[in-house]
Amino acid sequence: MSTFTRAEVCAVAIAETFRGDGEMLISPIGNLPAIGARLAKLTFEPDLLMTDGVASLLGNVLPVGGVPGPEPIVEGWMPYRTVFDVVWSGRRHVMMGASQIDRFGNQNIACIGPFEKPKSQLLGMRGAPGNTINHPTSYWIPNHSPKSFVAKVDVVSGIGYDRAAALGKVAARFHQIRRVISNLGVFDFNTPNHAMRLVSVHPGVTVDDIVKHTGFELILADNVPQTRAPTVEELRLIREVIDPRGVGSQEVKA
Amino acid sequence: MTLSAVVGELNDGMTIGIGGWGSRRKPMALVREILRSPLRDLTLVSYGGPDVGLLCAAGKVRKVIYGFVSLDSIPLEPHFRAARQAASIEAVELDEGMLQWGLYAAALRLPFLPTRAGLGSDVMRINPHLKLVQSPYDDGEELVAMPAITLDVALIHMNRADVHGNGQFLGPDLYFDDLFCMAAKRRFMTCEKLVRTEDLLKEGSVHTLKINRMMVDGVIETPHGAHFTECPPDYGRDEGFQREYATTASDPAAWAAFKAKYLEVASEADYQQAVHSR
Repeated sequence: MSTFTRAEVCAVAIAETFRGDGEMLISPIGNLPAIGARLAKLTFEPDLLMTDGVASLLGNVLPVGGVPGPEPIVEGWMPYRTVFDVVWSGRRHVMMGASQIDRFGNQNIACIGPFEKPKSQLLGMRGAPGNTINHPTSYWIPNHSPKSFVAKVDVVSGIGYDRAAALGKVAARFHQIRRVISNLGVFDFNTPNHAMRLVSVHPGVTVDDIVKHTGFELILADNVPQTRAPTVEELRLIREVIDPRGVGSQEVKA
Repeated sequence: MTLSAVVGELNDGMTIGIGGWGSRRKPMALVREILRSPLRDLTLVSYGGPDVGLLCAAGKVRKVIYGFVSLDSIPLEPHFRAARQAASIEAVELDEGMLQWGLYAAALRLPFLPTRAGLGSDVMRINPHLKLVQSPYDDGEELVAMPAITLDVALIHMNRADVHGNGQFLGPDLYFDDLFCMAAKRRFMTCEKLVRTEDLLKEGSVHTLKINRMMVDGVIETPHGAHFTECPPDYGRDEGFQREYATTASDPAAWAAFKAKYLEVASEADYQQAVHSR
């Protein structure tokens, strides 16, 4: 099994985002985040807590996409009210989507255009303001383009590092944008002014591709490594256990 | 009580809290009864789903206080989007947790509750009425003072209830239905099935009895009253119907036909009949 798909690379990059989290509530929003989080739990991060997408914490890992799997093992009750408590207590790492993200990690899922009369109303703020001020947040963006990686987001739902810095050290002490994973590469904010940095390019993607598809200036190292390839065992887990129907490849082509 | 008696207690301009979450266990029979009434200029408070969309589409709404409006399996609510994009409603968009805090503050008769949620985000820009508060203790931390969201009326839907107003949820999540009731002056509950008080524990443990008769002013039995939203374990979401609702939204002729068939009917019983015979 020497070949793998872009979606599988993304799943592994997403799994890596949760490395070291231990006994935290992991909330992966979207198909590939769900696949990546389950992969992390089945390999290097077995202590992660995850729900069934409704209100039960599952002790075991089920396949995505409603595929029949093992009998669910329910280890706890996590209705929305309890999720909010966990958010505000900080023991959570969410991976959200972003219709727009900027170079300091400000995220927009509310609307495109002016808030007063949007061109396109999207989901609304949802939990993004509370998530980003309270606990680690990462983003999954399956359509990397100048329309999603923008110089300035239309509305700030999840706050980025410049907004957090403006609040001061005390208010921002729980703010952390861990990583951004797109269909093209992996990004973080480990730079002196917390501007977005290209961490790695997915196999088959060049740095130029990413620069061309990004609407702001990325911090680039002289030599940008490749995102690591899935191991044979990871590919087996993704294909046989987590995503036998190939739901992930519907989110990312190539 | 009856659905029309509940709506008879509502007035133009009222602030109405609607329980449930997205397209889940919404008091849709009451929403449909409001659609059949002349009520207008309502302020809705909701973890929004088709309740918000339908009332916006019918021109009943002046203002919506929400964290999101979604149909769950269809992420974006088409009628709510149309209302927002036409700027025909006033939008108070909050973080989901802030909405909970506003209801909780109202329930506890507090002017506000402090929270970090909202700090630094555009929630503060688009809601200039929101203010900060400084901790009076040594830490001196600045937090958002989320103001109480006091409701004139709360509408909720439960799986079971008794005639006294004790309600029972048998699904996985109560959502914030208890807070909606506690934040409101008048509270109305529909239920799938009325049972005798002594039968309430036959289908669920004592932990499912989160709505008690202090929190409710009127009860109505409305089988399938949450349709087309889900109401487990009684029924799941009617995905086919929801798709029809969402796809007809973008085409005026199709929407007119949908309305004629399902909404411009004389009663909830006629609605259920139309759904049943489709």
